[in-house]
Amino acid sequence: MSSTLRADPVTTASDGPASGEQLLAVRGLRTSFKTSRGELKAVDGVDLDVAAGEVLCLVGESGSGKSVLALSLLRLIEPPGSILGGEVRFEGRDVGAMPRRALRRLRGRDIGIVFQQPQGCLNPVRRIGWQVAEPLMRDGLGRAKAWDAAVELLRAVGLPAPADKASAYPHQLSGGQAQRVMIAVALALRPRLLIADEPTTALDVTVQAQILDLLRERCRAIGAAMILVTHDLGVVAKLADRVAVMYAGRIVEQGPVADLFAAPRHPYTRGLLRAAPRLGEIGERLTDIPGGIPDLARMPPGCAFAPRCDTRRALGLDRCLDEAPPVFAAGPAGRARCWALAGDAA
Amino acid sequence: MTDALVDLPDLRVEPRWRRLIGRLLADRSAVLGGAILLLLLVCAVAAPLIAPYDPLAIAPMARLRPPSPQHWFGTDEVGRDLFSRIVYGTRYFLLICAVAASISASIGTLLGLLAGAGSALVDGVIMRLIDVLLAFPYILMVLVVVAILGPSLWTGMAAVGIAGIPGYARLIRSAVLGVKREDYVDGARVLGASETEILFGTVLPNVLSPLIVYLSYATPLAALLASALSFAGLGAQPPIPEWGAMLVNARTYLFSAWWAVTAPGAALFVAIFGLNVLGNGLRDVLDPQG
Amino acid sequence: MKPPPVLAVEGLSVRYPVRGGLFGGVTGHVAAVDGVDLAIARGEALGLVGESGCGKSTLGRTAVALQRPTSGRVMLRGQDLFALGPRDLKHQRRHAQLVFQNPKTCFDPRRTVGGSVRMALDTQDLLDPGDREPAVADIFARVGLRPEHRSRYPHELSGGQLQRIGIARALILRPELLVCDEPVSALDVSVQAQVLNLMKELQAEFRLALLFISHNLAVVEYVADRVAVMYYGRIVELASRAALFAGPRHPYTRALLAAVPSMDPARRDEAAPHLGEPPDPARLPSGCRFRSRCHIAFARCAADDPALAEANPGHAVACWAAVPDGPSVPASA
Repeated sequence: MSSTLRADPVTTASDGPASGEQLLAVRGLRTSFKTSRGELKAVDGVDLDVAAGEVLCLVGESGSGKSVLALSLLRLIEPPGSILGGEVRFEGRDVGAMPRRALRRLRGRDIGIVFQQPQGCLNPVRRIGWQVAEPLMRDGLGRAKAWDAAVELLRAVGLPAPADKASAYPHQLSGGQAQRVMIAVALALRPRLLIADEPTTALDVTVQAQILDLLRERCRAIGAAMILVTHDLGVVAKLADRVAVMYAGRIVEQGPVADLFAAPRHPYTRGLLRAAPRLGEIGERLTDIPGGIPDLARMPPGCAFAPRCDTRRALGLDRCLDEAPPVFAAGPAGRARCWALAGDAA
Repeated sequence: MTDALVDLPDLRVEPRWRRLIGRLLADRSAVLGGAILLLLLVCAVAAPLIAPYDPLAIAPMARLRPPSPQHWFGTDEVGRDLFSRIVYGTRYFLLICAVAASISASIGTLLGLLAGAGSALVDGVIMRLIDVLLAFPYILMVLVVVAILGPSLWTGMAAVGIAGIPGYARLIRSAVLGVKREDYVDGARVLGASETEILFGTVLPNVLSPLIVYLSYATPLAALLASALSFAGLGAQPPIPEWGAMLVNARTYLFSAWWAVTAPGAALFVAIFGLNVLGNGLRDVLDPQG
Repeated sequence: MKPPPVLAVEGLSVRYPVRGGLFGGVTGHVAAVDGVDLAIARGEALGLVGESGCGKSTLGRTAVALQRPTSGRVMLRGQDLFALGPRDLKHQRRHAQLVFQNPKTCFDPRRTVGGSVRMALDTQDLLDPGDREPAVADIFARVGLRPEHRSRYPHELSGGQLQRIGIARALILRPELLVCDEPVSALDVSVQAQVLNLMKELQAEFRLALLFISHNLAVVEYVADRVAVMYYGRIVELASRAALFAGPRHPYTRALLAAVPSMDPARRDEAAPHLGEPPDPARLPSGCRFRSRCHIAFARCAADDPALAEANPGHAVACWAAVPDGPSVPASA
C-alpha cells in the first residue's frame, strides 16, 4: 500500500476546521474494491478535517462510501479493497506511513471505534467486565485494578448495576446495553477521536435517543472528537457540529450543521432533507429524489448526481454531465461540489 | 411515473446459464477439471478408435513388457496392452460414477425433501432411518450389500450408490430447512400456492446448487470406493478392464513391472483429481458465500 | 348501515412456548400478540407502530394467514380465515396480500421478477393464460418500471426497484387488504420517499384496506388515516392520525413521539425521554405492562391491567391515567 502524497489541486485550500486545534486531516483519500464487475471506487478523492473535540457527522445513503471512508481512516481495509492514494494525518502523523505496531496503538488508544451491531463485536464467551478491562490491561494496568476501572467505565455509560453486570455475558444484555458496553470499551483509554459507524441503527427509537445522548456526553467528558457515520438526518441534527454529505464516494457538501440544515447548497443535500418524512410536517406528497444510487462500477464522467439532479435540469447546466465539479465555497463556512455554485465563487 | 427509470442506464439481459458458464470459464480449477472430464468422455466414447489393441486380447509372448512405442504404457502379466485397457477403463469409471451417483442422489434427494418439508413425524422416521444407516461405517455398509447381492460390477456400483444415500438426504434436508425459512417461500404461500407446489416449484430449484456441489464431491469418492471394491475382489471381476481390478492383478509385479501398477493408479488419480477440482470450481461459482 | 370491514381481528392472541431448563421443557409462554381487536375498512389505511418485538409483524402475518393464532379470529371479508378449508383459503388469499420488509429476500432468486409476478396470476388462475404476460407488463408500468425489467433476476435490481415489484406482485391480484410490514425500512431515504408516494397513490386508486406496519412514526404519519400503537402484544392506543399525533394520551405513545430526533438542529437539546430498559417478555410486570417504564404509574397500575377504552370519541387508550373508569383485562389463567 503506497501512500502517495498526491492531493487534489482544487481542494488544497487551507480552510480547515473553524475552531480548535486540528486533529485529523484527510487529503485526496481513495479506496477501491476490485470486483468481477470492475473497480468500485468506494472513496474517490475525499478531503476532510476534524478539529479536537468536535462532532463530525458523515451522512450518506447505502453505497455512498461513508463506512468505507471511516474504515480507511484506520487503514482497516481488507482485500479485495485497497487504499490507492491520499493522505491521512492524525495529530500531524502520517497514518499511511505508520509501522504496524504504531497503527495498532493508534487504533486502540488514540482512536476508538463503535460499530452498528454491538452484539457481533463483543466476545460471546467472555464476561463484559473483562472485555472493558482488556484495553486497560494491555495498557499496563493490573488485573484487579483494571476490573475496578472497568466497573467505573460501565457505570459512566449508564449500565444499571455495573458491579453485577460486569460479570454478565454479552447474550444477557439487551441491544442498548450491549451498545453501552461497546462505548465503554471504545472510550476506555480516553482516545482523542471516536469513530461511530451507525451506532444506533440496530436500536429502537427510545433506546437510540439515550445512546445518542450518551455518546455526546461521554465524548465531551473526555474531550474526544467524534466522527459519526449515519444515514439518519435526525441523528445528524441532534449530534453534529459539522456535517459532511457523501454521495457515490465523494463528499458533495460539508459545513456547520445549522447552516447545512437551514440552507443546503448542494441539490443532493436539499433533496435528502426534503425527502425524509418529518413528524408534524406531512404534506400530500413527499418530495422524492427520482432515480437511484449510481452503480459505483460504472460511474458517469461528470457529477455522479447529475442524472437525478433537478437543479441541473432547471438551470440547463450541460457541463454537469461531462465534467466532475470541483469544490466551491458554499455559504459562510461550507464547501460543495456543484457547478451551480460556480457563479458564487467567481 | 418514470421515477425509477433513471438508474438503469443499460438493460443488458444476460441469461443466468450464460453468466454461470462465463464464470466457470473464468475459474481455472473448473476449466482444468472440465478438461479432464472431457478427456475421459472422449476416451469412453471413442475407445475403439483410440485404443490400438483389443483390451482383452491376451498375448502370452508379450507379457510384462515395459512401456515402448508399440505399448505406450507397457503390457500386463498376460500380455494385454495397458494403454488400450486404460482407455476402455474410462467407460467403467464413468459408468460407476453415473450409476452410483444417480442412485444416491435421486433417493437421497427425495428422502431429504420429504424429511425437510414433511411433518415432524415424517422427518423423525426418515432421519432415524438415516441415522441407523450412518451408524454403520461406510465401508461396512458397502460390504453388507455386496455380501447380500454377490460380487459383481453391478452390485459394486449399487452398494456404493446405496451407501451414499444418507449423505445426500442429510444435505438436502438441511438445505430445505434453510430455504423453507426464506421470505420468498412465504411470498409464494401468500399468493395461494399449495405446500406441494411450493416444495417442487420453489424449494427444490433453490436446493439444486448445493446438490450439484455435493454431487461433484461425493462422486469421485464413490468411484474411488468402487475401485477399492474391485481391488478387494468384490466389484468388477477380471478380465474387465476396470482400473481397480487392474491394480489387483498388477500388485504382484509391483517390483518387477512397476508400469503395470502405475498405469491404472495414475489413471485413477487423474480422473479423481479432475472431478475434485471441477467440484471446487462449481462450488466457487454456484455457492460463492459458502 | 356501514359495510363490514375488510379485515376484522377479534380477540387475537399468538403465544409461543418458552423452553428452558436442563431438558428443554416448556417453562412459560410469551404472547407476541395478546388479545388484539382491530378492524380496517375498504379504502382505509391503518398504521401499526411499535418497537422491535412488540408483536406488530406477528399480527400482520396472521392477517395474511401466514401465522396461525393461538386464539381469536381473523375475519377477512366476513369469513374466518382459519376456519376455511385449503381450497377456500387459497381463494381468500387473493384478497389479502403482503408486501415484505426486505425486498431483496422476498423474491425467488431462481426466477425472473416478471416470472414471480406472473406466478401470482398462475397460482390464482386469474385471466386467460394469454392475457397474463400483458397484465404483468401493465402492472410493471404502473409501479414505475419498464416492461423489460420483467426479465431481470432479483439480484440485478436495486432495493427500491424490487420493492416496487413487491407491490406489483401483491396488487396484480386486486386484493382488498394489503399488509405492508416495514416496507421502506430497508430502503434509503431518497428511495423511501418514492416508494411511500407510490403506495399512497395506489392505496387510493385501488381503495385498499391498508395495514401499514412500521417502527417509524414519521412514515406512519404520512401514510395512515388511523394509527394503532402496540406495546408487548397489546394495542395501547388507537386513534385517528390527527388525534394521535396532536394529542397522544398513552405515556408510551408520548415517549415514542418524544424520542424521534428532530430534524431541526436548533432543537437538539430537548431532552430525550429515558424510558429505562424494556422488560423480559416472559416476565411482564403485573397490571399494566408498561408500568415498569412509566413515569406516571401509580398504585392501581400494578393491580389492574387496563383494557383499551375510549378516552374521547374515536380515541381509545389503555391507561388508567387517561381513562380512570375504563374496564380492565381479566387476569388470564
